[in-house]
Amino acid sequence: MKQPRLVVVGNGMAGIRTLEELLKLAPGMYDITVFGAEPYPNYNRILLSPVLAGEQDFDDIVLNPLSWYADNGITLHLGKQVTRIDRARRRVLAADGTEAGYDRLLLATGSLPFILPIPGKDLKGVIGYRDIDDTRTMIEAAKVKRRAVVIGGGLLGLEAANGLMLRGMEVTVVHLAGWLLERQLDPVAGAMLQASLEARGLQFRLDTSTSAIVGNEAGEVAAVRFSNGDEIPADLVVMAAGIRPNTALAQEAGIHCNRGIVVNDSLQTYDPRVYAVGECASHRGVAYGLVAPLFEQAKVCANHLATFGIGIYRGSTVSTKLKVTGIDLFSAGDFMGGDGAEEIVLSDPGAGLYRKLVIRDDRLVGACLYGDTSDGAWYFKQIKDGTAIGERRDTLAFGELAMGESGTAGQDRAAAMADADEVCGCNGVCKGTIVKAVREQGLFTVDEVKKHTKAASSCGSCTGLVEQILMNCLGSNFQETPKTKAICGCTDRTHGEVRQAIREHRLVSHAQAYAFMEWRTPNGCATCRPAINYYMLSTWPREAIDDPQSRFINERAHANIQKDGTFSVVPQMKGGVTSPSELRRIADVAEKYKVRMVKVTGGQRIDLLGVKKEDLVDVWRDLGMKSGHAYGKSIRTVKTCVGSEFCRFGTQDSTRMGIELETMLANMWSPHKVKLAVSGCPRNCAESGIKDVGIIAVDSGWEIHVGGNGGIRTEVARFLCKVRTPEEVKEYTGAFLQLYREEAYYLDRTVHYIERVGLDYIRRKVVEDADNRRALYERLLFALEGLPDPWAERVAGAQAREYAPLAVGPAAPPARAIAVTLED
Amino acid sequence: MDRIDAWLRVCAIEEIPVLGARVLRRGDGDDIALFRPAPDRVFALADRCPHKGGPLSQGIVAGDTVTCPLHGWNIQLDSGQACAPDVGCARRYPVQLRDGHVWLSLFALAGEEAHAASAAPAPEATA
Ligand code: SRM
Ligand SMILES: Cc1cc2nc3c(=O)[nH]c(=O)nc-3n(C[C@H](O)[C@H](O)[C@H](O)COP(=O)(O)OP(=O)(O)OC[C@H]3O[C@@H](n4cnc5c(N)ncnc54)[C@H](O)[C@@H]3O)c2cc1C
Ligand code: SF4
Ligand code: FES
Repeated sequence: MKQPRLVVVGNGMAGIRTLEELLKLAPGMYDITVFGAEPYPNYNRILLSPVLAGEQDFDDIVLNPLSWYADNGITLHLGKQVTRIDRARRRVLAADGTEAGYDRLLLATGSLPFILPIPGKDLKGVIGYRDIDDTRTMIEAAKVKRRAVVIGGGLLGLEAANGLMLRGMEVTVVHLAGWLLERQLDPVAGAMLQASLEARGLQFRLDTSTSAIVGNEAGEVAAVRFSNGDEIPADLVVMAAGIRPNTALAQEAGIHCNRGIVVNDSLQTYDPRVYAVGECASHRGVAYGLVAPLFEQAKVCANHLATFGIGIYRGSTVSTKLKVTGIDLFSAGDFMGGDGAEEIVLSDPGAGLYRKLVIRDDRLVGACLYGDTSDGAWYFKQIKDGTAIGERRDTLAFGELAMGESGTAGQDRAAAMADADEVCGCNGVCKGTIVKAVREQGLFTVDEVKKHTKAASSCGSCTGLVEQILMNCLGSNFQETPKTKAICGCTDRTHGEVRQAIREHRLVSHAQAYAFMEWRTPNGCATCRPAINYYMLSTWPREAIDDPQSRFINERAHANIQKDGTFSVVPQMKGGVTSPSELRRIADVAEKYKVRMVKVTGGQRIDLLGVKKEDLVDVWRDLGMKSGHAYGKSIRTVKTCVGSEFCRFGTQDSTRMGIELETMLANMWSPHKVKLAVSGCPRNCAESGIKDVGIIAVDSGWEIHVGGNGGIRTEVARFLCKVRTPEEVKEYTGAFLQLYREEAYYLDRTVHYIERVGLDYIRRKVVEDADNRRALYERLLFALEGLPDPWAERVAGAQAREYAPLAVGPAAPPARAIAVTLED
Repeated sequence: MDRIDAWLRVCAIEEIPVLGARVLRRGDGDDIALFRPAPDRVFALADRCPHKGGPLSQGIVAGDTVTCPLHGWNIQLDSGQACAPDVGCARRYPVQLRDGHVWLSLFALAGEEAHAASAAPAPEATA
């Protein structure tokens, strides 16, 4: 069959990004032709401002050099403007007569600067600010002319004004609204911005509308006249009063437009063969003017062009930054507030600091930061995730650092760090490496940085810092990693969608799951397979087939792999209680198998470190103890204190409660590891406050706390409810854990799950609705009933091959070869 | 080019789990990991990750790669090369599947580099 032909009109950021995404998904699927009206390969339009300001050169901002088009077999028509689409015969025609037939057409024609329809707009020296030619015109003008007027005090206008000023011109910005960046800032922040730009030498005329541009005899611009009659001299006028989607071509071809080329959630226009992405497109009534949403569109569009047909574009929340070096401002979402919204404002005009947060229904919906924007990414993430603020309200305005971060996610640090400072402690990646990769390889997202540098790809505690570095490098071009991202590169489906499909379509085997959900790879990858395995097992207990090959080695071998390839063995020691005979057996085993280290763990039990894999089964047999599951996304320990049995303060028998819970939960698999603790009084010696479920005994019963975490980022558990009897402790704990098992995404600890759904939701399902609680508890018991202890199973002979190496003697010389064949 | 080689039977293919691996212990040489990414395909690599020597035989096999259990490098089974962005190579051993059995090149096993010219060079030992 002949390759279908794809024609792209518009060689800009959105069109080419779509091709890049497409080539990743389905290389070689299309015969691709690109038309670009500009005579240059695709460049980073965003960085025109640094070019104007003299901070970068054109070469620095080229995204796809000509060789990229050649390497990918793309026919490129540079400097050729498409003037007609012949939809009946499916071809496009360029001004110079070049033609190309298409089976699919992608329109990515961007925007045009809005030129005010006033007298004098066509004079020489009146320009828009859109492309490299405009930029060069400005640079040339600045060499010989003195006075510039920029019409428009938005992002583009201010960046143009700043650049012209840095190139030595006297610049006045004329702005219709009462404060600068009225679409990004509230009046207070706008005034602060104006003051600092004035201090640098810019002049402003606010609340001012332009009525005409006055020319001289030579037809060049000479002055600008305002509606109040004032006139100021000007040698250059830059119109930055807005942009208009460039739809003329589509409109002329009869494709439905409405302030932009109208597209559906798959970026398809009313003509199903024709797609549109970028600033020219209008999606659900919105035409975007920033790249982050355009890149999201590109991804979805590519998915449909590749005929996977599963991406959906739902629109984007955008955030902005002004790229004027030395001025930090950030805004996102509904930053104006008003109309029933609550506002938290921190203002220190003396220090040039301002911070406003807008809250509706206990959720952050907007933020406007001036002066210190280091928390911008963090607020933006919360706006997008829509997480409830709850008790964090008090400290929210102070930013992420005030939230008890114990890891290395510090925000302000990014800018202050030297290139050689380490960002990712796990992979030893320093700041310079990340900055270099971002610049040289054109990375835009945290995921891309992960892939290319490995930073933040292990424990993830430095993700905040990486985001911050990205933001510093990219400005508003920065794309936050969406919470709703695909599980991995094998699919576009999110964890939520996968869980749902497994539940609704009763998927119980890997083959079934990959076929049904149209996985791109035959058998997944090391990221998705363990997740799918868990989802099937937890959704369809006793029915889904556990696949050892889809488990990480620790869970496959039921021991923890060590750096030298040996394993550690941690037997169960319920509630941290042991006996002399058990200790004796442990000691004997340690000697018999020459265990390198015997260590007391942080989880109140004993670790035998350095066991050879082939000895594991024998070690377990000789120990005669159950698996402690110290290796799994599973129940780990239930830590206890001595409690009322011995302690003079103990109010209840916490040790026994812990042992009962650990007995009940034996062999339980979960989205991530689960740790419990039971303390006998509020002195809390078992550290219940940082456990997934922490029980604290009080005189009148037991308090249950959930969602604590003592790991990468310390999270204090939150109070769920108080109950009276041990039986209730088990029921409530079991119900909560079952809810977590059924609904959390793989590798989310309880704290992450609760952050997503909200504690109120948990209370409703577990505390308030008694029927639901009992149903959850019963489902847990059903899933756990009869689950074998994995060590006992293996001592009895299961999975023997896993532990036995293959062996051949010392390699025989060819003369003793067992078979001699002719290699073909 | 045809050349004579000698092959050593290691095991029946069924002894290696599909999408899994077995390790071949050798008294006098590096362990070898035998991978079976599909029912009828088998690859052999030194059981040493080019990163920090992790035992590749313990990793998750998917597609034509194995993910090292220690720090998650992905290694291509056919070439032993690490996938981008990582750089490194695990030594590759010629291996054949015949009549349901797995055969390893004896020359390569015996370290006869000249005969195993197609095998990738052994990685530098990492400390
Ligand atoms: C053995 C032990 C250290 C010790 O010698 O005391 C340990 C050892 C490891 N921990 Fe831990 N953790 C141990 C107690 C803890 C504790 C303390 C506790 O359980 O009370 C914590 C903080 C509490 C918590 O989890 O909330 C802890 C937080 C972590 C984390 C961070 C988890 C998080 O969600 O933030 C990881 C990484 C992970 O799981 O992804 C981790 C991972 C690991 C791994 C599994 C790393 C790995 O993948 O190889 C280590 C395995 C070494 C091995 O082979 O034995 N370990 N780890 C402790 C075993 C306890 C037990 O008996 O089961
Ligand atoms: C100075 C400046 C600074 C910016 N700063 C930021 C920022 O900080 N952050 C941010 O997110 N965004 C910023 N933007 C906006 C961002 O650059 C645009 O959102 C993005 O480039 C739009 O991509 P696009 O592909 O839709 O359009 P474009 O990148 O404009 O590409 C459209 C291309 O199509 C070509 N074309 C049009 N019609 C035809 C035709 N008929 N035939 C052939 N070719 C045609 C055009 O010549 C153009 O090359 C900035 C823009 C400018 C101008
Ligand atoms: S035992 Fe835990 S804290 Fe210690 S090195 Fe390993 S993962 Fe890190
Ligand atoms: S040893 Fe293999 S990834 Fe580190």
